Amino acid sequence: MLIRNLPESHLHERDATPEPLYRDRRAVLAGMIGAGLMPHLAQAAEEGEGSGLPRLPSRLTRRLDEDQTSYDSVTHYNNFYEFGTGKEDPARNAGRLRTRPWTVRVEGLVSKPQTIDIDRLIRLAPLEERVYRMRCVEGWSMVIPWVGFPLNALLKMVEPLGKAKFVAFETLKDQRQMPGQRSSVLQWPYVEGLRLDEAMHPLTLLAVGLYGRALPNQNGAPIRLVVPWKYGFKSIKSIVRIRLVDRQPPTSWNISAPQEYGFYSNVNPTVDHPRWSQARERRIGDWLPRATLPYNGYGAEVSQLYRGMNLKRYF
Amino acid sequence: MGWLRAHRQGLAHIVMALPVLVLAVRWVMMIMGSDPRAVGLSAEPIDYTINYLGLWAIRFLILSLAITPLRTWARWSWLAPLRRPLGLWAFACALLHLSVYFLLDQLGSFSLLWESVAKHPFILLGMAAFTLLLPLALTSTRGAIRRIGARRWQALHRLVYLAAIFTAIHFILRVKGFQPEPWIYAGVAAVLLLVRALPTAWVRRA
Repeated sequence: MLIRNLPESHLHERDATPEPLYRDRRAVLAGMIGAGLMPHLAQAAEEGEGSGLPRLPSRLTRRLDEDQTSYDSVTHYNNFYEFGTGKEDPARNAGRLRTRPWTVRVEGLVSKPQTIDIDRLIRLAPLEERVYRMRCVEGWSMVIPWVGFPLNALLKMVEPLGKAKFVAFETLKDQRQMPGQRSSVLQWPYVEGLRLDEAMHPLTLLAVGLYGRALPNQNGAPIRLVVPWKYGFKSIKSIVRIRLVDRQPPTSWNISAPQEYGFYSNVNPTVDHPRWSQARERRIGDWLPRATLPYNGYGAEVSQLYRGMNLKRYF
Repeated sequence: MGWLRAHRQGLAHIVMALPVLVLAVRWVMMIMGSDPRAVGLSAEPIDYTINYLGLWAIRFLILSLAITPLRTWARWSWLAPLRRPLGLWAFACALLHLSVYFLLDQLGSFSLLWESVAKHPFILLGMAAFTLLLPLALTSTRGAIRRIGARRWQALHRLVYLAAIFTAIHFILRVKGFQPEPWIYAGVAAVLLLVRALPTAWVRRA
């Protein structure tokens, strides 16, 4: 007998919003806001939450019973050093990034290497809305409704070879579009990596949008990785290349400060950053910090990936 | 002009209070219900406030260290009355910086604070710098100079050199990756400390 142990957060058909209500959700919300039922949303609605960006119809497949961080904060408090080291620099400077035309090269140890146009890539798999926690290594966190599809859909399409053990990712390198790359704060291009089993994990998302619309440039347009159980810097933005390899690939923050940022960088309240504690985090919008959860609260689904590993050594 | 000269120190205090005043106005607006980013406190006002106060503490500290060399080199003796207010505002910003960190980051818990100090050199250096500034702020009055004696008072206040070194390293450790800003502050502080090692006679001749 097959027993399916679904994660607590798994959604059943009965949880889905009825389609007509879903299609009209903005009108429904507008009505509620107009009636003063949801005053905290009024401001966001006035600003039109990324109104210039195309809508991305998707199906809610993962929710989280925690307040979502406001669209304004999600898009104006960013670490994206390609556009400057200040938290509001990316929102100010990312306008220069051209996200069309855009291609992603998928190559290395795969039987079907290919260059995929972004508009084809977005249609590769049904788009899902997933609400994830995002924990920055600096000690702050957000709750973000991403739109995207599992990375494993793309990897299965290119058919990894048996020798492939890791996946390496690379961000665009272009000083004219990314003025922060003139500084030597990090080596460019930004590179990241995952073990193949981490990359194939159903939680690992390729995000193309947030809050129901395409990604704003400062959040990693047109396509980025989201690995919710790892510190935010693992979730590489504005990806141009994905390469399957047989050895652990170099990663940007690890090159910059190997004693501070490991390859794994799983959220772990018991392993401190050398300069500050990782036991707590401040959710953007809160006054006081809260406890940080092991694997950022996704331990039930991912801890088996690291069974038997010394997490203090492989931090 | 005479009036300006007579009230130099009072005016200096008013000007030097501006950074803290601006911050206070923003906080009042936020507490009254304004969006923190709209009033210039960023989406994460606590972190913004801690960084802002720390930065002004370093700025005032470096400016206070610049007074004596400028008197010696440029013979700008009119700067002399600014040294005490600069030192006091450096201390005030450091005290607020530490208070916000203690109350809103360390949850007002001395055991958490102690753990942070013991575990993280970054925090230890900041705390050490503050501890060194504390006796200097407490002995900043004319009466204190008289009680302690000018020579011993001067020796005590040389602790500011060590405080500046700790502060500069604390700032360097604050940032991720290679960022020039804290190194620029550290460089200025280093120059201001090194010129003090030059023999005064040699400096005067130059």
